[in-house]
Formats: sequence, C-alpha cells, structure tokens
Amino acid sequence: MAVSSLAGVDESALVVQARDGDTTAFGELVRRYEGKIFRLAQHVTQNREDAEDVLQETFMKAYEHLDQFKGDSKFYTWIVRIAVNQALMKLRRRKTDKTVSMDETIDTGEDTVVREIAAWGEDPEQQLSREELGGILDSAIQSLEPLYRSVFVLRDIEELSTEETAEALGLSVPAVKSRLLRARLQLREKLTRFFKRKGDDAFAYM
Amino acid sequence: MLTCKDFLSELSDYLDEKIDAELRAKLESHITECPNCWVIADTTRKTIQIYKGMEPCPIPPDVESRLMKALEKKMAAKEMAAKQKPADPLRRT
Repeated sequence: MAVSSLAGVDESALVVQARDGDTTAFGELVRRYEGKIFRLAQHVTQNREDAEDVLQETFMKAYEHLDQFKGDSKFYTWIVRIAVNQALMKLRRRKTDKTVSMDETIDTGEDTVVREIAAWGEDPEQQLSREELGGILDSAIQSLEPLYRSVFVLRDIEELSTEETAEALGLSVPAVKSRLLRARLQLREKLTRFFKRKGDDAFAYM
Repeated sequence: MLTCKDFLSELSDYLDEKIDAELRAKLESHITECPNCWVIADTTRKTIQIYKGMEPCPIPPDVESRLMKALEKKMAAKEMAAKQKPADPLRRT
C-alpha cells in the first residue's frame, strides 16, 4: 500500500473511500488504529504471536466485510469488536487456559475484597521511568483473570463506553459494571504496592 | 447512612461521574467521614488515570510489515475476484 497523504482526512470519509475500493484509504485506517488494536490484542491474549494473528485477522476481516459496516457506530468501535472476538477465540482455543468463559456467572459484591488501604504519594508514576511504569502496569493487567482483563482493557484503556464494551464482549451492562469494579479494585491493590506513600505501612487506617 | 459496602458498590459509577446529584452528595459525605473509603476512591481514581494515560507503543516494524503484506495480498485477491465476477444486478449498493 502506498504511503498516504490522508493523515488529516476525516474517518468517515476514509471509510466511504475504502468501501469504494480505495486501498490507500483503507491503508490509512489501518495505520490509525494498528497500534491500539495490537495493544488490545496483546492485553487480551497475553501472547505476542497470538496478538499478531489477531491484528492481521482483524484488518483482513474488516476489509472483507467493510460493506457491512453501517456507520452507526465509530469505525474504531467496529474493529475493536472484531479484534475482541478474534482474541477471545484464540484464548478459548488454548486448551490449557480453563479460566476463559465470558459467560461465567460471578456473584457481585461479596468478594470485592479490599485488603490494602494506603494513600499514594503525589503523581507516583512520575517517580518511575516509562519502561518501569509500563512493566508494572502490564504485569498488573496480566495478573487479572481474562474476564476482568477484557472489560478493563476495553473500558479504561480503549475508552469504550459501558454499552459498547457490553456489546463487544456479549455481556449485559450490569455484568460489565461489576467486572469493571473488580478489575479496578484489583489493579488498585496491585499498584498500591508500588505507589504507596513511604512510611504508610505503619500508618493504620483500619 | 451509607455503609462502606454501599460506597464500594457505587464506586465505579461515582468515578465515572455517572450518578445523580443526590447519590453523589451521599457518597461524598461518606468519604469525608471515612478515611478508608477516601483512600480507596482516590487511589482507584489514580489507577484509572494512569492506565488512561498509557500511549500505545509504536507497533514493531516487523509486525507492521507482515500486516501490510497480508493486506496487500487480500486486496489483490479481492480486486481479482471483482474483475472476474460479472456485476450482480440485485446487489444493493
């Protein structure tokens, strides 16, 4: 695909052009979102090779089914949905991973455990290098169960709405909300180990 | 009176600012009196902010070049198929 000069062109115009067979316009759409889709795929699959497959499959499918994109949602939301489906399929295929069922019922509230309560310093992330911070954030996400991880990644990293997340994952809105709360609380707890204010260990709030 | 458990169950909507003014006032009055819940709300808010601020790393060049190659192949195949197949008069445009 040729390097395009379409960088400033409106997304919906690009979609129309791509649908009419303009491969350069589709190439520009790919360039806009490939980084985010690859990141999303890595977060959900936790595996670089699978993530690369998901990335390719997502844009191939998007290209193939472009005429089915109605434009009533954003193009990005549409491809995120494709990517999430592909990524979840990869997870399900991995036989060793028994924890992957998006339909698994979970009781709400009762085990929203908060063990560690310590205030953080001001802008704690500024104390770390970009690499260190990235490593901490990634490993915290990795430690979440896939069903929490996917919800958190879509809601708080990709910034989809609750409804869009529910649609992408085939979950109800209340299920998205309860999983998001747990994911956020679990991550908060994991990050607290790194970010708590020095000396707060001995400070009993409880 | 709101309990800590009530507060936690509303925490996500509170941080996302998806609650009505009346409930917000109750939650805010709870955290002025409950340091634990204040800390949880504050650190959860910071957790979300940190993740939201994460820029995606640039895609590795080898991954991108394989993606582009795969797409080019796909596009060429689609074009070929379109040329070979006579236009379907029933196809909606």
